[in-house]
Amino acid sequence: MEKNRISKVDLIFENDGTLVNTVLDKVKKMNPDDIIMEMIDSGLKGRGGAGFPTGLKWKFTKAENSYDKYVVCNADEGEPGTFKDREILDRVPEKVFTGMAVAGYAIGARKGYMYLRAEYNFLLKGLIKKVEEFNKLLKDKGFDFNIEIRSGAGAYICGEESALFESIEGKRGEPRNKPPYPTVAGLFNKPTSINNVETLVYATVIMKYGAEKFKEMGTKDSRGSKVFSISGDTPNAGIYELELGMTVAAFVDEFGDGDTKAVQVGGASGICVPRKKFNDMIIGYEGVPTGGSMMLFNSSRSMYNVLKDYLEFFAEESCGQCTPCRVGCQQLLRGIEAVKKGEKDPSYLETLKKLAQTMKISAKCGLGQSVANPFISIVDNFREEIIY
Amino acid sequence: MAKYNVNLKINNIPITVEEGTTVLEAARKLNFRIPTLCQHPDLCVAGNCRVCVVEQKGAKTLVASCAMPVSEGMEIFTNSEKVRTARKHIIELLLSEHNTECTSCYKNGKCELQSLANEYLVNEKDFIKLVYDKKYTIDDFSPSIIKDDSKCIRCQRCVRTCTSMQYVSALAVAYKGEHQKISTFFEKPMNSVVCTNCGQCVNRCPTGALVEKNYIDQVWDAINDPEVHVVCQTAPAVRVGLGEDLGLTPGNRVTGKMVAALKRLGFDSVLDTDFTADLTILEEGTELLTRLKKALVEKDETIALPMMTSCSPGWIKFIEHKFSNLLPNLSTCKSPQQMFGALAKTFYAQKKGWRADKVVSVSIMPCTAKKYEANRPEMRDSGFKDVDYVLTTRELAMMIRQAGINFDELPEEKYDSIMGTSSGAAVIFGATGGVMEAALRTAYEIVTGREVPFKNLDIIPVRGLEGIKETTIKLENCKPEWGFLEGAELKCAIAHGLANANKLITAVANGTVSYHFIEIMACPGGCLGGGGQPIPTNEEIRRKRMEAIYEEDANMPIRKSHENPEVLQLYEEFLGTPNSHKAHELLHTHYTKRKRY
Repeated sequence: MEKNRISKVDLIFENDGTLVNTVLDKVKKMNPDDIIMEMIDSGLKGRGGAGFPTGLKWKFTKAENSYDKYVVCNADEGEPGTFKDREILDRVPEKVFTGMAVAGYAIGARKGYMYLRAEYNFLLKGLIKKVEEFNKLLKDKGFDFNIEIRSGAGAYICGEESALFESIEGKRGEPRNKPPYPTVAGLFNKPTSINNVETLVYATVIMKYGAEKFKEMGTKDSRGSKVFSISGDTPNAGIYELELGMTVAAFVDEFGDGDTKAVQVGGASGICVPRKKFNDMIIGYEGVPTGGSMMLFNSSRSMYNVLKDYLEFFAEESCGQCTPCRVGCQQLLRGIEAVKKGEKDPSYLETLKKLAQTMKISAKCGLGQSVANPFISIVDNFREEIIY
Repeated sequence: MAKYNVNLKINNIPITVEEGTTVLEAARKLNFRIPTLCQHPDLCVAGNCRVCVVEQKGAKTLVASCAMPVSEGMEIFTNSEKVRTARKHIIELLLSEHNTECTSCYKNGKCELQSLANEYLVNEKDFIKLVYDKKYTIDDFSPSIIKDDSKCIRCQRCVRTCTSMQYVSALAVAYKGEHQKISTFFEKPMNSVVCTNCGQCVNRCPTGALVEKNYIDQVWDAINDPEVHVVCQTAPAVRVGLGEDLGLTPGNRVTGKMVAALKRLGFDSVLDTDFTADLTILEEGTELLTRLKKALVEKDETIALPMMTSCSPGWIKFIEHKFSNLLPNLSTCKSPQQMFGALAKTFYAQKKGWRADKVVSVSIMPCTAKKYEANRPEMRDSGFKDVDYVLTTRELAMMIRQAGINFDELPEEKYDSIMGTSSGAAVIFGATGGVMEAALRTAYEIVTGREVPFKNLDIIPVRGLEGIKETTIKLENCKPEWGFLEGAELKCAIAHGLANANKLITAVANGTVSYHFIEIMACPGGCLGGGGQPIPTNEEIRRKRMEAIYEEDANMPIRKSHENPEVLQLYEEFLGTPNSHKAHELLHTHYTKRKRY
């Protein structure tokens, strides 16, 4: 991969009418361990943002001794600035279902759940119809696996895997303590492999083309390609599948409007990359990881407003369970407002940064832990905009 | 399954513990105290306050020691710079959304957040005070419990208590993020939801967010009013708990000192709920035998069996909400508190030559639900409110402190008479299984003419802290008038804590079990673990209180309710016989079907 230019890919949305049948027939003849080896070999990491190696997740789940196991598709795409899963679910849902069936076959699960974001309920009717057809196909092909779709209720936190399980189980969506991890005790306390929509499509793709072809793309730490949701100050907003490993500079060259001052990589909970660091930052696990959201900001934007927006979002969407996240988010928000209004000295930003660090290491789940990402990167790089 | 041993190091000190142990527990074994707020020994792990975070070598984040199981080779640091900074931040964050008007708080000096703030020398000015910008409600509609959201730290101890331990779910988490709060169904006030007033949440709230509604000032006013006669009664479990709030260790029996203190506070008559506990046994025992006779001899199919005890007002409210079809199974007997109240303003007032409207009746209870019970509209059979004020054990301790009484130095004094004498059977009402044991001691003897066939009258199978207990007593060689019970096996069950009660009653309702007599107490351990007892509470403390109760029983000269001479005198002079018309008028009650939410 050449870091200085972008490279468009067409795997996810590739039009291939025979794909589902081909992959399912191929998988059926394979040993589950070989499927898992293939996935590990491909280097595919979770496309939801956290980037856990998919093959390993499957391996751990398979290793558990339990009659009941589950595959869960995390379709609770709630990260501000991300809209790629919606497109995937709208255009190629059968590839997602196939990925779930492959995972189920590999780990020994007989049941799969897709947890669909409440705001995507407009897709629900169509998805239910398609999943019924798909379940029938699985039955015909001799797979002991079927998929059920569950709808969320609109909470961002339910994209967090253990909160998602709680929600499917009919409880209040709050993250659980870890360990135990989902591969040991996930949905209904059974071993569960929970994968993002896009990850499951890549699993299907890898089953079709083999790990080698996937591995050819990307870098050592960030194999393959990824679907990006591109928004903000760009003439080309939309969904793009790009090879991983490009620099932010290359990305901005292609998608910027010529006046890009910052790119928020990975949504509200991601990191803000300022212009001076565009050349140094690789989009991928060796640099700035992303679940796909890329928001571009040009010089007309106030980074104070951007940060304030994010903090308002987190203060609202924290589940409220743990202290660092529930109160910390409110303090960061009120804190920058107070600095802006001159009620607090600019040096108060240092106090707030320390608090953000505490949140990063003491919050119960990824939500509270990641608020420090935008906070520290924006405050460090756009300090004047916050104060004045 | 055999448990493996796990080796780890805490602050560089090696320790070996069983797998499944939490880091917090392991640290405690090494005498490293890690502060906690949401953790409580009676409740499941929450891991949400984060005050107990510690550093684990190699981990990216700190870990909550209450929720983190130990693992082989783990290295933990409980007091590193990172840990101290985070912990201080967390306490400061909690204080920023906490109403810190500590000096006027009922829990001042007993608040876990306050002592942590003190310990960590927090700087409250570091963060913006959030509490005043929010619209917090103080719900004081309940006669038992005050819920003040401005003092809530969202540790969810109350929610876990209410749902898991009590199976009531009156309290739940509502909303999210900055709006998250502990709330009731549709945010209705506490007096119009399924709350049983058991007060177990109050016992576990680390701050002043949930406290009992106190009536201390009203009682002082009554005591100071020369026009009225203030009569007080003390429940069985108070005498084994009160000491804890006055500097003594759990398990101290302080009956005599308590009586002395009450006299010094200025109560005109210091009497004993144990007296009406004995009376309850005669009324309830007679009711049971009558029900059995009607069901077995007269084949009356309208008779509801098993009969269930009715002493615990939390349990009464629970069954009224959740199993209202089983209300006929409840004994119609009032609780000892209410029997006492009805007699205080009738029989006792007459004896003393007092006008009933000049009698103020105060009860000292280990219970918050009793405050509710005293306010039930049907509890006015004396023509007045039978019990005017109910104080918890904690409130009494507070009055004793206010009066400047050095409790430990008090002499032991005796209850006034009449209505001050009781039996050992009455005092064990305070422990789970106690009402059953007392009832069996009397009923068995009424039916057979002999004492219950247990050494020293100690019916061991009904004792102990197991959630649900059962026992069967065979009735042999019955007296002629009870011949119809010859050879019958009296099947009894006991549950304490409403989750256990729910389990037992569900099985009864489904017909999977059958009994003749069931004792239910709403609180864990029975009244000795009541919502009005000293804080903290845990199983060890409750066990000590229980041991003290049985010790008290063993030391009583009279051990059986039907041998209480004052009770016999009461029947002779006033009531006639058990379940007489007059007894029914004053000592029995009825129940109300309530909605399930």
